[in-house]
Amino acid sequence: MTSWQVMVRARRGELDLDVAFEGDAQPIALVGPNGSGKTSVLRAIAGVFALRDARITVGDTILEDTSSGVRVPIEERRIGYVPQGFALFPHLTVLENVEFGLSTGKNRLPPAERSRRALQMLSDLNCASLARRSVEHLSGGEKQRIALARSLVLEPGLLLLDEPLAALDATLRRTLRKFLAERLRIFRGPSITVTHDVRDVAALGAQVVALENGRVVQQGPLSLIQQRPANEFLAEFVGAD
Amino acid sequence: MGGSWRQSPLTGVGVLFGVTLAGLLLLPFFALAISTPASDLLEGATHPLFASALFLSLRTTLTSLSLTVVLGTPLAWWLASSSSKTARVTEALMGLPIVIPPAVVGVALLQTFGREGLLGPALGSVGIALPFTEISVVLAQIVVSAPFFIQAGASAFREVRPEMLIVAGTLGGSPPVAFLRVALPIALPGLLVGASLAWARALGEFGATLLFAGNMPGRTQTMPLAIFYALESDVRLAIVFSLVLAAVGILLLVTLRFFPALSNFMRGGNA
Repeated sequence: MTSWQVMVRARRGELDLDVAFEGDAQPIALVGPNGSGKTSVLRAIAGVFALRDARITVGDTILEDTSSGVRVPIEERRIGYVPQGFALFPHLTVLENVEFGLSTGKNRLPPAERSRRALQMLSDLNCASLARRSVEHLSGGEKQRIALARSLVLEPGLLLLDEPLAALDATLRRTLRKFLAERLRIFRGPSITVTHDVRDVAALGAQVVALENGRVVQQGPLSLIQQRPANEFLAEFVGAD
Repeated sequence: MGGSWRQSPLTGVGVLFGVTLAGLLLLPFFALAISTPASDLLEGATHPLFASALFLSLRTTLTSLSLTVVLGTPLAWWLASSSSKTARVTEALMGLPIVIPPAVVGVALLQTFGREGLLGPALGSVGIALPFTEISVVLAQIVVSAPFFIQAGASAFREVRPEMLIVAGTLGGSPPVAFLRVALPIALPGLLVGASLAWARALGEFGATLLFAGNMPGRTQTMPLAIFYALESDVRLAIVFSLVLAAVGILLLVTLRFFPALSNFMRGGNA
């Protein structure tokens, strides 16, 4: 079972980020009001910006430890990142998007093997038929799957999803929530999902980590948040009064 | 896009105004096109001034364009990706040569690289004299044309969302790989438009070149300067030279107009 821990102190504009939490293979749902630092936490873990004080480990690997001067660069962290809006590469086809991670750096494979794996991943996610399409004309749901395929094909040590269901309409969201929960179960690696919807937390069977103003204000199973929400936001979030 | 969803404000007077201006823009080119019999064209094209000016123009503009693209791409990237005050001020300053008359640019270049200029003595001490050389032609072209590339390049790079580069990083792409394989291809259409505009501006450059580089046949006499020179001796020759430059401009315009469709077609974006 993969355990991981995150301790991050950093300044991001107005936000003074100071968080510490850890987990295992059970999904984590990162919740909190806008500006509470959710996206910043994901980016800190991914290694996007310099951190004042941090210790980030996944399994036996130390990704960042400011006390001993360790900082693995973003391209070597094996962190899967699906940002809001998915950020598919618009100049590449679906297949080329999924192949990208297999075409550079340490995961570089010969072209034939690259295609084989990317196609396999696409067919696992039921979208092999999209392989030759340009990503620009895909539906929201298709984009979500392709973005997921693009990170999962590298078998990341930790998967970060920033509001993966936010851009979708209500009906589609229900279908894709189920799909996402199922994919995360198959993936079996640890994941952190930023969400604004308590139904995502329930569907993913996730532990909740709640942020406010760059601090963790509460963490635990959804039932705990429902019984004793630590602030107004969380009370609203779980629908309690 | 397209269609006529707007209520047309063009009543009688408006139409008249519009047609007048459009006519004013197009009529001179029409007159130019019909003013020369084919026999004169051949005569002009075989004139000794023609080949030397044409090749000098091509050589210098391709040199200035290459330097503009190589030096300007990192600058445009920085302008697009930095939110610092320095970047905003720099970006505004980079537009200066567009609003300052070319003749002023020519004088300013002389005051910089001329014998009595800011850098003149230093250059002179190592035996370099720039004014009235082919290098000065290239320098003048860079100063007047690079702003077009930098501005178009910066807007093109703004199309690249930062998340795309982060994702490229998490997928194993080092910063140079992310730049070359994600940022650059996304910005490429805009960069090409900027390069085309810069090239067109350099090719037409007259004022700054005349003042800073002079008008010496075979050495600093580019096509626009050759037109000026020929006009004094043989109008027909000037017309032939003009037709060639006009044709290049039209070709560029057509290419730019159809480029988006072309690039879309080439990457199979019709699916």
